[in-house]
This record gives sequence, structure tokens and C-alpha cells, in this order.
Amino acid sequence: MGKINVATDTYLVGMGVSPGIAIGKVNLIDQRPLVDQSLINGSEVDAEISRFQQAIDQAREQLQKIKKTVSKQPHLREHLYILDTHLLILEDEMLVEGTKKEIRALVNVEGALTRVLEKLRALFDSIDDEYLRERRSDVDAVGDRLLRILMGVSERNIDKIGSSSIVVAHDLSPAETIQMDRSHVLGFITGKGGRTSHTAILARSLDIPAVVGLESITAMVVDGMTAIVDGFSGVVILKPSEKTLQEYLIHKQSYDCLEQDLEQYRDLPSITKDQVHIPLRGNLEISSDVIQIKKHAAEGIGLYRTEFLYLGRSAPPDEEEQFQSYCEILKQAEGDPVTIRTLDIGGDKFVPELNLDDEANPAMGLRAIRFSLHEEQLFKIQLRAILRASSCGRVRILFPMISGVAEIRACKKMLGDIQAQLDKEGISYDPDLAIGIMIETPSAVMIAPLLAKEVDFFSVGTNDLIQYFLAVDRGNEHVAYLYDPLHPAILRALKMTCDAANEAGIEVCICGEMAGEPLYALVLVGLGFHELSMNPACVPRVKRVLRQVSKQDGATLVKQLLLLSTSKEVSTIIEAEMRRRLPAIFAQPPIQ
Amino acid sequence: MQNKSFTIRNRLGLHARAAAQLVQAANKFDSEIALVKDDVEVNGKSIMGILLLAAPQGTDISVTVTGADEEQAMKIITELIEDGFGED
Repeated sequence: MGKINVATDTYLVGMGVSPGIAIGKVNLIDQRPLVDQSLINGSEVDAEISRFQQAIDQAREQLQKIKKTVSKQPHLREHLYILDTHLLILEDEMLVEGTKKEIRALVNVEGALTRVLEKLRALFDSIDDEYLRERRSDVDAVGDRLLRILMGVSERNIDKIGSSSIVVAHDLSPAETIQMDRSHVLGFITGKGGRTSHTAILARSLDIPAVVGLESITAMVVDGMTAIVDGFSGVVILKPSEKTLQEYLIHKQSYDCLEQDLEQYRDLPSITKDQVHIPLRGNLEISSDVIQIKKHAAEGIGLYRTEFLYLGRSAPPDEEEQFQSYCEILKQAEGDPVTIRTLDIGGDKFVPELNLDDEANPAMGLRAIRFSLHEEQLFKIQLRAILRASSCGRVRILFPMISGVAEIRACKKMLGDIQAQLDKEGISYDPDLAIGIMIETPSAVMIAPLLAKEVDFFSVGTNDLIQYFLAVDRGNEHVAYLYDPLHPAILRALKMTCDAANEAGIEVCICGEMAGEPLYALVLVGLGFHELSMNPACVPRVKRVLRQVSKQDGATLVKQLLLLSTSKEVSTIIEAEMRRRLPAIFAQPPIQ
Repeated sequence: MQNKSFTIRNRLGLHARAAAQLVQAANKFDSEIALVKDDVEVNGKSIMGILLLAAPQGTDISVTVTGADEEQAMKIITELIEDGFGED
């Protein structure tokens, strides 16, 4: 694969999935080696087979060594089975006998093994179930290990990561991630992946900054290249200039220093100087994130994404399983409210007769509430599970992607029907369950006063709102620069939403990335948001700011911002204002 | 020969963790162990075979054990599958 030439100070923007700043040397987890395939003579067969046997022995030793290291780390023990799987694959008859058979057909061992791996790959590719199909990666990992041994190429350098490394890979398998010496890993950058990818989850639980979704990253870096990873904004800077490096080093130092100071805020309430309580809640991407929510003392869960219950399986979770999952989280929330959002993706894989693969514009297609209302049976199962769970804690239900009043009425009607049914069956639920909607489509903003009459709360999802409002696909590198949270149109949209909620006397929460940015905290409170929900790791930082500002000052600032014409002017004023008010926190201009 | 039918009840089906447990258990016995799903038969001692059988939650499979220690082997396999591989 050709390398892309990288200039000094190359800025890239991916998805920041684990906050923090890391500066280090790239350690590229490289691609698989090219295999030398050749034909052999009959007289060479025995020698090739014995080479194969030796490679298996050596691979077994390597794996057992890794297993021993991993088993000493208690938090990784539950992942040990991955290495057991690799050991079993190594001895598997399909792999071992298959390869020997190819060797006897006069192919060298590398060629024989490659052919067998290709056949196995094709077999795995034909599996319908996405999760089981993905096990192919374990077979590949074992094959790769054997090929490297046979060809004398050093192991994929996962367990040999140098100190102060920024690990860069197209993708990291769970097996690979747990083998890393994490005392050496400062940050992660991957080409693939999203918020719930294994790398993202692991990085969050280890507090290692990570940026994912940078498609061509592996072609841009070489080992030893300096890289900066900003896990807050998703920015990656390759080959930073001396000036950028200095700026970021100072940025990082003050960040680290502030980080130590943060601990004192953990157990303090989130109250502004003028005594307004602004609950800071956590977003739950996947159930294990509940640990982060406790760790950073978030007040409950402002956004429980239920998608992960549906991913990686061939049949949707049934009512009982969902009920158990919701109750488990509610139990851990210990009385704090938990906002459960109904399915926010297209779930067409559970509906065989529905083929959405060729939707020209999936972001505007049959997804979220549209999918749920289309597939009533699936939706009813989820609603029943949520209602039942409302008897085990403080549940609020949230419907995503509402674009008109009819949709929320349809949802409420279904909820009412199910409540009546539960009454009949004598099953308990919370009759006062709060009902809310996501405000993320432009139409919902425009009719916010009408929607406010229908529900108990609004939750603004800024990531989607910004994309739909500005007609920008953030994942499209050609237009991503237009994605701008401070666009005057976005500020007006947020203002309209908050005004409508406040006039109707309902709660309004914000749960996109904007909510977790300390720089925006004053503005958001000034706009009229009652609560902020964010990546739990951001909670202490936002709280520190909130405790030192007043809602009144925020309202004054917002008035001023609404008079400005460009986002550049908006950001300049916000930065100057925050620096003036809280110089210790915002002394360094954020690096753009 | 012992033969028994099962429905896979653990959430993720015969995925890597469950498959590994099954193969590890199967390999402790001398008996031949076969898993059948929809006329596809695989060796119960081969992890690749079991993974390729692709048996998610709700799949019906049958297990055949043949050999001197077949009774004990079937007992252990039954426990594993019916216990959902200790997943919950």
C-alpha cells in the first residue's frame, strides 16, 4: 500500500471517543505480511510438514506466554477466553489437517496455509449472523501469527509496543487490544470504529485518549512519527511543528494540572453561583459505561442508548431480556433518574422482508422512531420492557428523531395501550413515567411550542441537530468543515427550543457533544437548559465551570451572542468571556 | 451411541466463548462427538467446525456421542448447553 505524504501540522478530525490529550510517537500496528507461495517437490513434503508443526509449537508457546501475562491483570481476566479460542484454533483439524493436505499437494507451507485460510474466510463470510461471522478475525489472527513465524517476520508488534506510544491501526481486535502493554500506550487512533467499538470502550475504561474513524490513517503514518491525539475534539495532528507541539504541551500540562484539581469537585453539587441546580448526567453508550458514570459522580443517566442491546445478534432481544438489562442499570443508578431512549437505528436486519440496504439516504430514511412505528411488534416489546422497568427505578422514556406532532401522539397512544394491558395483567409500572422527545430535526425546532404541549421534557441531540440543520454529513471529509456547533443558526435553534420548553414549563436537556464541552457550559445554561448529559468523563470539568458562573451571566452572554453574524465571532466572544471569568481554566486559547 | 437434541438458549449463541468451552470439554473425552444443525454435521472437537455451524440463540441442534465414555461426555455437554455456558 502506498504511503500518503504528510506535511507538517497535518490536522485530521475523527471521532473523539475517549477524552484527554496524548502526545507521543506513532506505533503502527502494521498490515499482514505478503506471503511467498511456491511449489515444492515431493521430496520436500516431509520437511515442509515438520516446519509447519514447529510453527504451531512456537505459536502455542507465544500464546501461552501472552495468556500468562494477561491472567495477572484482574480486569482483563474475562477476556482470557479469546486466547483460549486462539489456542484451540491452532490445534483445529480443519486448519492443521487442511494445511498438511495442501502441502502434500506440493505447495510450500506458507502457500498451503494461505489457501486454507482463504477457504475458511470464505466459509465464515457466508454466515448470516454478524457476530459469528466476525469470529473470522480470530482465525485470521492465528493464521497471521503462524505466517509470521514461518516467514521469520517478527510478531505483529502488539506486545512489543515501545514506551510513550500512540497506537495506530486500521482496526484492533479484542484479542490484540488486551495483549498490549498499556503502561506504554498513551493514545489510540484507528481507521475503523465508532463509539461502541472495542477500542473505544477499552480506551474509556482505561482513561486513554482515543480517536477513531480516521479512514486512511494507516497510510499516513510511519513508526516514530510524532502525533497528537485530542480525545475531546477528535482532532489528530501528525508531524506537529515545534510551535504546535509547544502549544499542545502547554495545553496538556495545564490540562493535567487542572485534572488533579478536578478531584475536589467530584462530590460537590452541580450548582451555579446564583444557586441554580443543573444536574449533570452521563450518556450510556454500552452497559459497562455505568462504571464511568459512578466514577465521575454523574447524576444518573441522561441518555441510555438502547442500540447496543440489539447489535451483534441475529434475533432482537425479547421483552424479558430488555427488562433485565434496564433493571440492572436502574439498580446501579441507585435512585437517580435514567432516561431510556428507544431504538435509534434502522433495525431492518430483524425484519427479513424489509431490505433497507439500498436506501439512497439512510440518515433521512426509515430509522429511529420511523422504524419503530413501522415495526410495531418490535416497538411494543421495547415499550413493555421499559414500562415494566419503570417499577424498579426512576425511568424517563425518550423517543428519537421526532419530526412532527403525529409521531409523538402515535407513541403515546401505544404507550397508553400497553399500560392498559399491563393493568389488566396486574403488572406494575410507574404511571407517572416522564415522556420526552429528542429535538434533532429542524421541523421539531420550528414547532417546539406545539411539541412542548405533548410531552414532559425535551432532549436536544446536538450532533444530529447540527447535521440536519446545516445539511452537513460530518463523516464526509469534503464538507465536515461546515459542521459547526456555534453557527448562528444553531444558537437560534437551541434558543427557540429552550424558550418553548420554558414557556410550557417542561424540562429541557442537552445530550450531544456540546454538553460535555466546558467552554460552552455558561452558554448552555444561559440559553435555558435545565440539565446537561454527556460522556461521564466530562462531568467534573463541566461542573467545575458551572460552580463558578451564574445563570444570569449566561443569559446576558447569550443575548450578546445572538447579535453576531458568524460562528467565528461567536467563538471569539465565548473564548474571551470564559478566559476573563475563569483564567485558570481557560488561560490557553483552545487550539484550532 | 448417545443422541440428544437441544435448543441453544444463551444470548450470543455458540459464539467464541461458548464454542471454546464446548471444545475444551469435548476434548477431555475419547468418544467421537458430532453436532448437527439442519443436516450439517461438524466435529464437536473442532472449534472452527462449531463456529462455522453458526448457531445463534434459538437454534436447534442435536449432539451425537459415540465411544467408551459417551455417557459421561453427554452429561457434561448437556450441562454446558442447558446452563447457557454460564453466560447469565
